[in-house]
Amino acid sequence: MRNLLSAADLSAEEVFSILDLAEEMSEVQARPIKKLPALRGRTVVNLFFEDSTRTRSSFELAGKWLSADVINVSAKGSSVSKGESLRDTVLTIAAMGVDAMVIRHSASGAPAQAAAWTQIPVLNAGDGTHEHPTQALLDAFAIRRHLRRSDPEAEIAGKKIAIVGDLTHSRVARSGVSLLRTLGAEIVLVAPPTLMPSGVGTWPVSLSTDLDEVLGEVDVAMMLRVQRERMSGGYFPTPREYTVGYGLTRDRLAKLKPGAAICHPGPMNRGLEISADAADAASSLVLEQVAAGVAVRMSVLYHLLGGEEDQ
Amino acid sequence: MSTSQRPLLITGVEFVDGSGGDLLIIDGAFVDPDRAPADVERVDATGLLALPGLVDPHTHLREPGREDTETIATGTAAAARGGFTAVAAMANTQPVTDTAEAAEFVHDTAIREGAAKVQPVGAVSKGLAGEELAELGLMARSRAGVRMFSDDGRCVADPLLMRRALEYVRAFDGVIAQHAQDPRLAGPGACCHEGEISGRLGLGGWPAVAESVIVARDVQLAELTGSRLHVCHVSTAESVEVLRWAKQRGIRVSAEVTPHHLLLTTDEVLGYDPTYKVNPPLRPAEDVQALRQALVDGTIDAVGTDHAPHARQDKEHAFADAAFGMLGLETALGVVIETMIDSGLIDWFRLVEVMSAAPARILGLSDQGQPLVEGSPGNLTLIDPGARARVDAGDSLSLSRNNPWHGRDLPDPVQLTVWSGRITYRRS
Ligand SMILES: [Zn+2]
Repeated sequence: MRNLLSAADLSAEEVFSILDLAEEMSEVQARPIKKLPALRGRTVVNLFFEDSTRTRSSFELAGKWLSADVINVSAKGSSVSKGESLRDTVLTIAAMGVDAMVIRHSASGAPAQAAAWTQIPVLNAGDGTHEHPTQALLDAFAIRRHLRRSDPEAEIAGKKIAIVGDLTHSRVARSGVSLLRTLGAEIVLVAPPTLMPSGVGTWPVSLSTDLDEVLGEVDVAMMLRVQRERMSGGYFPTPREYTVGYGLTRDRLAKLKPGAAICHPGPMNRGLEISADAADAASSLVLEQVAAGVAVRMSVLYHLLGGEEDQ
Repeated sequence: MSTSQRPLLITGVEFVDGSGGDLLIIDGAFVDPDRAPADVERVDATGLLALPGLVDPHTHLREPGREDTETIATGTAAAARGGFTAVAAMANTQPVTDTAEAAEFVHDTAIREGAAKVQPVGAVSKGLAGEELAELGLMARSRAGVRMFSDDGRCVADPLLMRRALEYVRAFDGVIAQHAQDPRLAGPGACCHEGEISGRLGLGGWPAVAESVIVARDVQLAELTGSRLHVCHVSTAESVEVLRWAKQRGIRVSAEVTPHHLLLTTDEVLGYDPTYKVNPPLRPAEDVQALRQALVDGTIDAVGTDHAPHARQDKEHAFADAAFGMLGLETALGVVIETMIDSGLIDWFRLVEVMSAAPARILGLSDQGQPLVEGSPGNLTLIDPGARARVDAGDSLSLSRNNPWHGRDLPDPVQLTVWSGRITYRRS
């Protein structure tokens, strides 16, 4: 694995390898002293063109617990206004001798472009409305753990997963669809037609505009965050109407199959796309997803950087 | 313009009708080749095809304001190399070409420094703001003699302003050239054809309908006002359908297509390479087919390059943040030969029509786009129709390098360009 730009780049074997190593990493996470020597002497830069405390902290801890030197560069708004191109910024950071770049950018494709400009491994930490592959990996990790609580041999293959909400603008949804399909899940996308991506008819999923119709069949309900700007963008009439149509309300919670898991990438709009009852339900994986984020990112960094010494 | 050039005698040319002969230009006009004087400059054109000088109805020259990316001198040098003897310079310079003085600056600079005629296009609205009409009449009366007006780069979205502009220019047979893009349907983030690829890559979609609804509205306004409308860089099959309807109805509308929309598809953006970010965006193969057919049957009248030079630092951003546009002057003829002649869709007569005669008519240039006969202005381009080369973006007379054809094998036909009797480009 040279880069991780898109969940679609990963084979099922690679996903399993990342998830299995993440299981081991999560044990480290539970220890009082959280340090492995795997990436000692390696330097990882978190190059964030868009703020995200949550994702940045998760990558930072992942790198540090593997003993890498981690530096955070916040390039938000700086380069364009100074007349420096993205290419120049990326090449400047690369020239300092870092070993991997974790890139977050408000524009789709920025990490892919960076990877084309430099030989250094690039990890996509969320790009515009495109992808967020480590989010998909951590979702898969949390879901698989959840399934294995009742059946230690359980796999995601064959399970039915609903991804609900703003699919058009969601990088979580795009990465999730690729990765969960790679693992053999059956996926149904649920959203009002205004929030379905163009060309979604060609995706390997089924589509629904009726949440109530699918809720009783799914093993996982993955609720997407509704972003503030979509509410005034004419994508749906009012927050109230959205909740009635597509929110995981208390009433809908009762329609889920027993044991069906609830996922949300956070931060949650409680009362909009997810009710407090659903967010805090016993089958809610919300906090487990956050915990899984660090373990999965440790595993991904190890896969990108740790393998070389073995060869 | 200097008239003291040496007479130019070009021998052994072929014409598009298959005949052959010599051409003599004295004092900037074709004359009977048998009257060649002794001190004539001779060019042996054996085996070369002579076309009237090409005319581009849609060029961005960037001067004034962004002389780091192109100047009138470098842009017209690139034009001459592409076989063009005249280009229309779009108004979105800095400052905007929205006054008589601004139009005269472009006109005068071109006379001093240009390697081709430069016909300034005036802005429709002050500062391209889409609110108030620019001084259309003063630009028309100026030395520049502006006849085409366009806010290109932006759409004249307000239907009432568009109606007024069309009505107003009827007084001097002006034409309003529209960049058809409804700014609400193709909003601020629109950077890629809306379809399967934009949905997958997470790029802001620019739906085909955002173009065709404006074309539909504007042809109806042109009918209402009886005025001339020109539709810039048509990119969709739906727009072609609207144009076909409008022409059948007798509405005074003309349209152009770019070379890149005749050959490239939206697949080019799959790697997020900002070189392929252009406005309107590259479309799917079905649209490309419809555009080619429309150029064959006359629904589309002309080829316009939309030559849009950009500095490296304005292109090397994330796709959504990079500037729109690609170079086109030096490669236009090659691309049209590849897509239209070599494929057997059109003959050389039609090529001359769409790349020379029609654009000259649309722009109101009586000294351009004329046949190569005695009395015509001495504009021509000599081409070797079989010559091909691998395009090298570094090898360009433009100041910019945003060349979408880099690395492609294309016809590379232009051997000599003559503008008003003066050699403006010669293949070394
Ligand atoms: Zn335009």
